[in-house]
Amino acid sequence: MSILGTRVMRVEDPKFLTTGGVYVDDLRDPRLDGAGHVTYVRSVMAHARVTVDGSAAAALDGVLAVVTRADLADLAPPPVPLGFIPPALGRPWLADGVVRYVGEPIAAIVTESRYAGEDVAELVSVDYEPLTAVVDPRVSATDETLLFPDHGSNTALAFEAGSLDGLFDGCDVVVTQQITNQRVAPVPLEVRGTACVWEGDGDDARLTLWASTQSPHGARDQIATALSLDPDRVHFIAPDVGGGFGAKFGVSVEDLLLAVLSRRLGRPMRWTETRTENMLGMGHGRAQLQTVTIGGSRDGRITAYSLDVLQDSGAYPHFGAVLPFMTQLMATGTYDIERIAVRTKSVVTNTAPVVAYRGAGRPEATAAIERAVDMFAAEIGLDPVEVRRRNLFAKEAFPLTTQVGAAYDSGDYAGALDKVVAAAKYDELRAEQQRRRDSGDTKLLGIGVSSYVEITAGPEAGTEFARINVKPDGSVVVYTGTSPHGQGHATSFAMLAADELGVPIERITVVHGDTDLVARGGGTGGSRSLQLGGAAVHQGALETVDRARELAGDLFEAAAGDVVLDKARGGFHVAGSPDDVRGWAEVAASADAEHGLIVDTDFTAQGATFPFGAHVAVVEVDAETGKVTLLSMTTVDDAGPVINPVVVEGQRHGGIAQGVAQALFEEVRYDEDGNPQSTNLADYAFPSAAELPDFTLVDMATPSPLNPLGVKGIGEAGTIGATPAVQNAVVDAVAHLGVRHVEMPTTAERVWRAIQDAREGAK
Amino acid sequence: MIPAPFDYVRADSYDAAAAALGEHGDEAKLLAGGQSLLPLMKLRLATPAVVVDVSRARDLAYVRDDGGVLAIGALTRHCDVARSADVTAHAPLLAHAAGSVGDPQVRHRGTVGGSVAHADPSADIPTALLALGASYVVRGPGGTREVSAADFSTGFLETVLAPDELLVEIRVPSARGEAWGYEKFTRRAIDWATVAVAVQKRGGETSVALANMGSTVLRAAATEAALASGAGAADAAAHADEGTEPAADVTASAEFRRHLARVLTKRALVAAGR
Ligand SMILES: Cc1cc2nc3c(=O)[nH]c(=O)nc-3n(C[C@H](O)[C@H](O)[C@H](O)COP(=O)(O)OP(=O)(O)OC[C@H]3O[C@@H](n4cnc5c(N)ncnc54)[C@H](O)[C@@H]3O)c2cc1C
Repeated sequence: MSILGTRVMRVEDPKFLTTGGVYVDDLRDPRLDGAGHVTYVRSVMAHARVTVDGSAAAALDGVLAVVTRADLADLAPPPVPLGFIPPALGRPWLADGVVRYVGEPIAAIVTESRYAGEDVAELVSVDYEPLTAVVDPRVSATDETLLFPDHGSNTALAFEAGSLDGLFDGCDVVVTQQITNQRVAPVPLEVRGTACVWEGDGDDARLTLWASTQSPHGARDQIATALSLDPDRVHFIAPDVGGGFGAKFGVSVEDLLLAVLSRRLGRPMRWTETRTENMLGMGHGRAQLQTVTIGGSRDGRITAYSLDVLQDSGAYPHFGAVLPFMTQLMATGTYDIERIAVRTKSVVTNTAPVVAYRGAGRPEATAAIERAVDMFAAEIGLDPVEVRRRNLFAKEAFPLTTQVGAAYDSGDYAGALDKVVAAAKYDELRAEQQRRRDSGDTKLLGIGVSSYVEITAGPEAGTEFARINVKPDGSVVVYTGTSPHGQGHATSFAMLAADELGVPIERITVVHGDTDLVARGGGTGGSRSLQLGGAAVHQGALETVDRARELAGDLFEAAAGDVVLDKARGGFHVAGSPDDVRGWAEVAASADAEHGLIVDTDFTAQGATFPFGAHVAVVEVDAETGKVTLLSMTTVDDAGPVINPVVVEGQRHGGIAQGVAQALFEEVRYDEDGNPQSTNLADYAFPSAAELPDFTLVDMATPSPLNPLGVKGIGEAGTIGATPAVQNAVVDAVAHLGVRHVEMPTTAERVWRAIQDAREGAK
Repeated sequence: MIPAPFDYVRADSYDAAAAALGEHGDEAKLLAGGQSLLPLMKLRLATPAVVVDVSRARDLAYVRDDGGVLAIGALTRHCDVARSADVTAHAPLLAHAAGSVGDPQVRHRGTVGGSVAHADPSADIPTALLALGASYVVRGPGGTREVSAADFSTGFLETVLAPDELLVEIRVPSARGEAWGYEKFTRRAIDWATVAVAVQKRGGETSVALANMGSTVLRAAATEAALASGAGAADAAAHADEGTEPAADVTASAEFRRHLARVLTKRALVAAGR
């Protein structure tokens, strides 16, 4: 019987639940003894000319260096994080005469003791000459105040698809709405941290750098490029990583600088940021201002949709500036809409850079269309589930290419919607809602639905590396180029190898996150890991079995084609002679007595995959205070066959929680001068289990034809489906009072105001 | 997130604490549960030169029935107040309020005296104590004095305490058998009140205290007056925000706080049987 699909407990967990992981700050590598501790002096103004004087600080005991931009004048600026970001919008190593967001590093202080760093930082004198802060992306788009005069515009990137000409011609009904997909903070429990050491001299010098990242190989290359080094000169290690959520893809300028400082001062260096620095400087997610317009017939057929996106990229364009491309690609969602047009523009503002955050561009697309469909349904007076049913792509239509150019691999959107509606007992909920409304109950019930499809391991077809090493003792080491930080690859990938090799998972270890141990890799992000890295392990295991059959053939003096693997017994025999079994140990030792059998492989997918699903959220709204309480979440999240339900449920739970958090609680706020208002977890309303109900997870598995496992990504799906379902539920709860829309997060005050405004409007 | 340098002195009794405060004067800060002081120090909003740790001063941690008056040592932790049989019998409002502070970790470290001395207008304990008509026993080199809850806080995080004085005891006249109500509105379970309302009946009178409706916890005077002249809950509650000056912050606007004060007062009054 195959181990795949069974509830294998995560092999990672005993450590995390007992002694704890070893994060960057916990490292006690002797090479880091005597490390200098780096503290960054960060801007307290959003936009200003700055002059820095670190001399008083530098003169203090225990201070190894105070470094400003002037000290790094010989270095070319670090490369922009993504190729298509205009270099004129790149960030400097340290503020170069101008600061562009609160939290931007101005100087780096190196001290003997970590604790001294913050004391010394207070003594670095920074003169600020304020410039006009541009906080609102709409103001930025006017180009009245240019953040980067050399670029000549505040627009970093723009994308478009489809024609606006006559888009809504012939529609009986057209509804339009401005929607804020608010800025949120990723809040990994482990903040950013880096440690590094140089060994050897001159051209032989080699950097070992540990950082809390999702993508060690990419980060290594980033460092090599920034420092003009051959990548071989950099050994990059991601130790245990306490969450990333997209924001730790690659490394940030603070990490890169550590390598520079370490080289110059001839000392190992360490840096661990504070929670406040994390909230200020790691980067935020989402941050789109959207305008949706949706049109169709009174009988519920949607025929035209337009989405206009103004993306706030923050001060220095990063992944966030590119995300509207993904929003555009997923704009049509699960709906077969005849005419669709998308216009996006990414502008810079005097706020922290916007980076990738769980879902990265796709939740924004889903939130837009799912609100639009609900508004359309409300306008024509049809049930939102029914309107969805009338517009979903039919199961028979797959594979298909959407009007905005996405190649959806497989799906059954109506099936997912039907399942979730049945599991949530939708009709009973509607009846209860009506009962409460009729009785004048102040505790209103809201039911929200979302139907979603997203793209994982895209937009281009991805590739990933795996090595399978069967040791001479018969144990197996699996090397993967993915870089798990909570996702359970050590368990799932061991299961995949076990399933093909017939070696028990207790004898399989998974190695990742070290560029010297793993030849190459794409890291973990965009829900790519199982379908690429897992498929590579699967492929590598099959190749290993083939190779082992050849070796066993030599042992048996038989043709490889006559040798079979008996997985139950973990060994090989000649077909028809099951008594003479040679185990994995013997076969591996025959390849190489010291290293055993090693197979390297690269798996390349045929394309990105498109997980989908449907969510039903039920909320209770206190009509007097506006307070929203989430009562239930029922979800179908179809990412193809499930390798390990424990792992997949964990991914769904976490994703749903973060999706709910965006709908109900979280928002990074700046005042009009660009001062952040949510720099700690008291002000930033990061929810806990106390705010969340149990989730009801409904199973559904539609395979993808694009990889041998048939799997798609599950890492972000929950986030994508949950946000609009919850937001729709909140609006639904108060819709009978005349409310059409409530912005996220749907705080009590917003809901209360929406009710007040609807009452005023009705007068 | 790293506090400025400070010296640490451990004082395991009132006498030791008084001596340490005498020696270091206004350079020193008492550390009780640390649930308010330490976050402020980590953000460098508080930079005491000396921290006098009284968290183990067991002589200041107790709950006693003092013949019609509940006497609670300042260093009694929220969790011990919440589950004390004496508090539950004589001042159930206080037990309830203590049980609603933050989360279990906070309740197992934070002290009721620390909460009162910190004088955060959004705190649960001083709000409940104000409605209960409690008084606070303050001791210093000049002797012992008793200050009523109404007179204790003089502004945002400010009190009548002199730098060399300790809050040693909280005295609550028994409200055994009397009706009460407590309504706390938060974004998340762990949060301080956006607004909270404590209602305590005693004899024929009803007192109503508000959290986070100004720079100190305060009495809803207009509501109390309306109730005294016979108004019903809804009518009286409509005056709850009168004379208050609530702040606006990331959690709520002043206008919304006023609205909440009215709604929550009505609910607390109804819960108290008005
Ligand atoms: C995550 C979190 C959530 C919280 N949520 C809530 C909440 O929902 N509601 C709420 O009311 N509070 C909340 N709090 C605060 C909590 O109630 C604290 O326990 C309380 O505010 C302070 O008590 P403490 O014993 O920790 O005092 P400390 O932090 O040790 O001291 C606070 C101040 O009082 C002074 N002080 C302490 N004891 C004395 C004394 N005996 N005499 C004179 N001065 C003294 C100290 O010098 C200091 O200035 C929360 C705290 C945290 C960390």
